Amino acid sequence: MIARRGLLGAAALAAGTLPLRAGTAAAAPAPALRGSGDLGLVIERASGSILLIETSGRTAIGRVEGLGDLSHAAAVFSRDMRYAYIFGRDGGLSKIDMLRGALVARIVQAGNSIGGAISDDGALIAVGNYQPGGVKLFDSASLALKADIPASFGGAGARSKVVGLADLPGRRFAYSLFDAGEIWVAGLGANGTPEVQRFADVGRQPYDGFVTPDGRHYVAGLFGEDGLARIDFWQAEPRSQRILEGYGRGEEPLPVYKMPHLRGWAAAGEKLFLPAIGRHELLVVDRRSWTEIGRVATHGQPVFAVARPDGRHVWVNFAHPRNDVVQVVDTLSHEVVRSITPGRAVMHMEFTPRGEQLWLSVRDANRVDVHDTRSLERIATLPAQAPSGIFMAARAVRIGF
Amino acid sequence: MPSRRWPEAGLAAALLLLGLAILLPASAAGPVSPARQAELRHLLIHDCGSCHGMTMRGGLGSPLLPSALEGRSDALLVEVILGGIRGTAMPPWAGEITEDEARWMVRLLRQGGLP
Repeated sequence: MIARRGLLGAAALAAGTLPLRAGTAAAAPAPALRGSGDLGLVIERASGSILLIETSGRTAIGRVEGLGDLSHAAAVFSRDMRYAYIFGRDGGLSKIDMLRGALVARIVQAGNSIGGAISDDGALIAVGNYQPGGVKLFDSASLALKADIPASFGGAGARSKVVGLADLPGRRFAYSLFDAGEIWVAGLGANGTPEVQRFADVGRQPYDGFVTPDGRHYVAGLFGEDGLARIDFWQAEPRSQRILEGYGRGEEPLPVYKMPHLRGWAAAGEKLFLPAIGRHELLVVDRRSWTEIGRVATHGQPVFAVARPDGRHVWVNFAHPRNDVVQVVDTLSHEVVRSITPGRAVMHMEFTPRGEQLWLSVRDANRVDVHDTRSLERIATLPAQAPSGIFMAARAVRIGF
Repeated sequence: MPSRRWPEAGLAAALLLLGLAILLPASAAGPVSPARQAELRHLLIHDCGSCHGMTMRGGLGSPLLPSALEGRSDALLVEVILGGIRGTAMPPWAGEITEDEARWMVRLLRQGGLP
């Protein structure tokens, strides 16, 4: 096991040095005690590394390398916010100690993976796989395999790609089967065997999904038709219902050069802001009635729309080739209040826990920018290698993250 | 409920380009400049890679490794790049990539070793 250390005692920070590539900890001073609530990580997709960041001083504090193919990589955090679990495209599952800046465990659990989730009790890591299609559950401490749940459908041995994996309360996980048009909910029974609940015929080609912040609803976006699928898990007998059917009004959609991402999508106050596939629009949805109450015309096809934690603004980035801009949307007026042009290929945006800062990655500029979310001005910038996803440790305490 | 389809214009453009490709002699294929090659390589790794995987081992889209492309003609692959595949998530790139450029990308894919 290679444990590359990138952290940084208090002395190193005070001296303003950044031992990003220190090969050994032997010469490092004993690190000062610290918490992890203001830590985060940036995926460096092309170099198979992550950059560790802290948001109080807005600095990079280390780098962990050797994590494989991190294109489309995502992360979840242990409930004590010490460990990050990184899901790589190549099926790699890596466990990082955020405080020591070290890789502590790594397995390659499938040929082709899309993301994962952590159970509410912190005990289980779930990974969604394209190839072979299905979900695997792992012990979060040891990364030992606990269950393998193939996404079989159609009866002829076919397996579906799994997308939109998210945690539900009750040590369960919801996810969508892209090829099968189904939503499954899986967990472990009392004797440790997997228990799966299937919802068939939810719509054509669900491409991603998310759980609402209260853990009540799972919503899957549909690529194959205009609409979304929603399941209300507070009901005695949950079932999948279509919402926002025909939002495209029969018009031809534009070609989609990057799929929108629903994980982390914008729940702001009583509203949801959702992507209209193949359109330069956000759909504004009433969270109680699940009906459309407005639209926001945007610069391009939205990829992420993330709500500031207080819900006052939603920040949006866009698909290739219009991915050099982010827009800030007022959630009361539904108007774009600011367009910012950080540079080509803005990949992801992440707020600090209380939302006073927004961090965004500019892949082709090898840069991460930090914006003040009141003035909307840039207040810091950090070099990073082809940065994509940004994940704050405080995700650990949020349902569906 | 209408299924998701690509604009007719995109397909028409792709077919037009294909038609030209068939009519013109191979020697008429313009070279792709080194600067454009660098852009296309970047596009292939990062933007095609967002569905096909940065190392072309597949994702929501099919693998594009040399072994996966065996038995598929250059003309077919160029057609797919420019015109997309209806009913799937593969969009048409004809508005952004020329036929010569698509042909160059196919050659790069057949060589393998990306990124």
